[in-house]
Amino acid sequence: MLIKKPDHIKFSEITTQSDYLRRRDFLKKGLYAFAGLGLSGIAEALVKAPGKNPAIANLADAGFSVDEDLTPYDLVTSYNNYYEFGTGKSDPVENSKAFESRPWHVVVDGECEEPGEIDIEDILTGITQEERIYRLRCVEAWSMVVPWVGFPLSTLLKRFKPTAKAKYVSFETLHDAERMPGQKRAVLDWPYREGLRIDEAMHPLTILATGLYGELLPNQNGAPLRLVVPWKYGFKSIKGIVRIRFSEEQPQATWNMNNPREYGFYSNVNPRVEHPRWSQKYHRVIGGGIFSSKVKTEMFNGYADEVASLYTGMDLRKNF
Amino acid sequence: MSNRWRAAGIKLLLFLLCLLPFLYLLWDAFNGNLGANPVEALTHRSGDWTLRMLLVTLAVTPLRRTTGYSLLRHRRMLGLFSFFYAVVHLTIYVWIDQVFLWDEIVEDIIKRSYITVGFTALMILLPLAVTSTRGMQRRLGKRWKSLHKGAYIAAALGCLHFLWLTRADTLEPYIYIAVFVVLMLLRLKREQIPGFLRR
Ligand code: HEM
Repeated sequence: MLIKKPDHIKFSEITTQSDYLRRRDFLKKGLYAFAGLGLSGIAEALVKAPGKNPAIANLADAGFSVDEDLTPYDLVTSYNNYYEFGTGKSDPVENSKAFESRPWHVVVDGECEEPGEIDIEDILTGITQEERIYRLRCVEAWSMVVPWVGFPLSTLLKRFKPTAKAKYVSFETLHDAERMPGQKRAVLDWPYREGLRIDEAMHPLTILATGLYGELLPNQNGAPLRLVVPWKYGFKSIKGIVRIRFSEEQPQATWNMNNPREYGFYSNVNPRVEHPRWSQKYHRVIGGGIFSSKVKTEMFNGYADEVASLYTGMDLRKNF
Repeated sequence: MSNRWRAAGIKLLLFLLCLLPFLYLLWDAFNGNLGANPVEALTHRSGDWTLRMLLVTLAVTPLRRTTGYSLLRHRRMLGLFSFFYAVVHLTIYVWIDQVFLWDEIVEDIIKRSYITVGFTALMILLPLAVTSTRGMQRRLGKRWKSLHKGAYIAAALGCLHFLWLTRADTLEPYIYIAVFVVLMLLRLKREQIPGFLRR
């Protein structure tokens, strides 16, 4: 198969929605300042890097933050669901120590005018990385708040010029059992696959993350490139991406294939739709300690204002 | 050393051995060694030990049959330890996991089949614990024996509980199920084994 490399497209040529949001946020900050109000909830400065991985240069503060406290770095990087490195929560950090995330290419193809391949270094140097502090809600009813580093997925997708037939975008994780020892057992149908509707993929909140806490992603968190869709359950945010594909049909998604009764294609965070085996009304905040109480789960993980309009007219009980 | 002293020594040793996982759990809890999600760790470890102790209790007879070594006089203590861990497991679930959200707890017991099954197992273990005294044993006579066959059902339900709560990687529950099945097979009397399998 011949893969054509796209000619140089300057990223500055593309006005993304995040620029728009940034402007809006700037206005908001200005207003707060004018009114002399505190800026709690809006990230003022970037979070402090813990010095564990190389720092990401020229980080922009896009103004995305939440009211809740950040989950400590140690917990974000030691409690992971990444079955490619084992099914226990502490397996990924242990079993990914030797994982080499360079060199790394992502193939982008399917329904687009300029299919091609992109190198992780080009992504890191050619696209401004932003800090985005998002809530993460796992389908297993726990949550974290993570300061991701990344950029809007739409920035990358537009580069490949999706056609009118591109109704969905799908993603695949690396499939290499030598490098990802968890794949030696057929716990899931490898490679891990996920998908979004094109409007979800182009939404300004949807990002590709290259780092967290101001530094390159640790292996256990999906290095070198992962998806982050903060209003969906964590498993939608696929890690270690090597392939992105535009399609007309709804693509396969790993957990959905594994158990369609329990995991829908959309998997939006929704306290009203229970997982058949547990309630989704509450969740536990990681880092809260033994005697922390549970917290009420919000519709779309608290991002309803931004994303509810994507689903108007849809029965979210059926399309869970 | 007299036999009585030896038996008492073994009993004390077994008692401490059975208590060790609980002490270890407390130690880890007080020292913050339970990882990022301590509540999950507490639930899982107490659940694991409930099932393990139940299987150990059910291993007493097969052990005597195959090796001749008998822990029969300590079986009650082993069984009570299983009940003890089940109570710890339930307490953690109600107090620390659900934080007394009674609607959620009732909904869980009714609607989530894995909890229904775990709850049933506990409801079976409860009368066994209550009637485990020698006095009760004497009073119930023959009925005591059939009542205490409930331990097999509780163990089977405990295995099912574990299998049903597992998301994708079912290796561990299947190991417990395999142990349970082997223990059951070892209990079969010669005449209960089909002829072609008999030696
Ligand atoms: C009222 C009774 C019970 C309740 C409410 C209950 C509840 C639970 C819950 C919530 C979990 C964790 C599920 C998860 O993380 O997804 C769990 C795990 C477990 N429970 Fe129970 N349980 C009960 C009785 C029992 C009994 C009687 C046994 C054993 C005979 C048992 C053995 C286990 C085991 C082995 C685990 C899994 C531990 C692991 O993953 O390592 N449970 N239980």
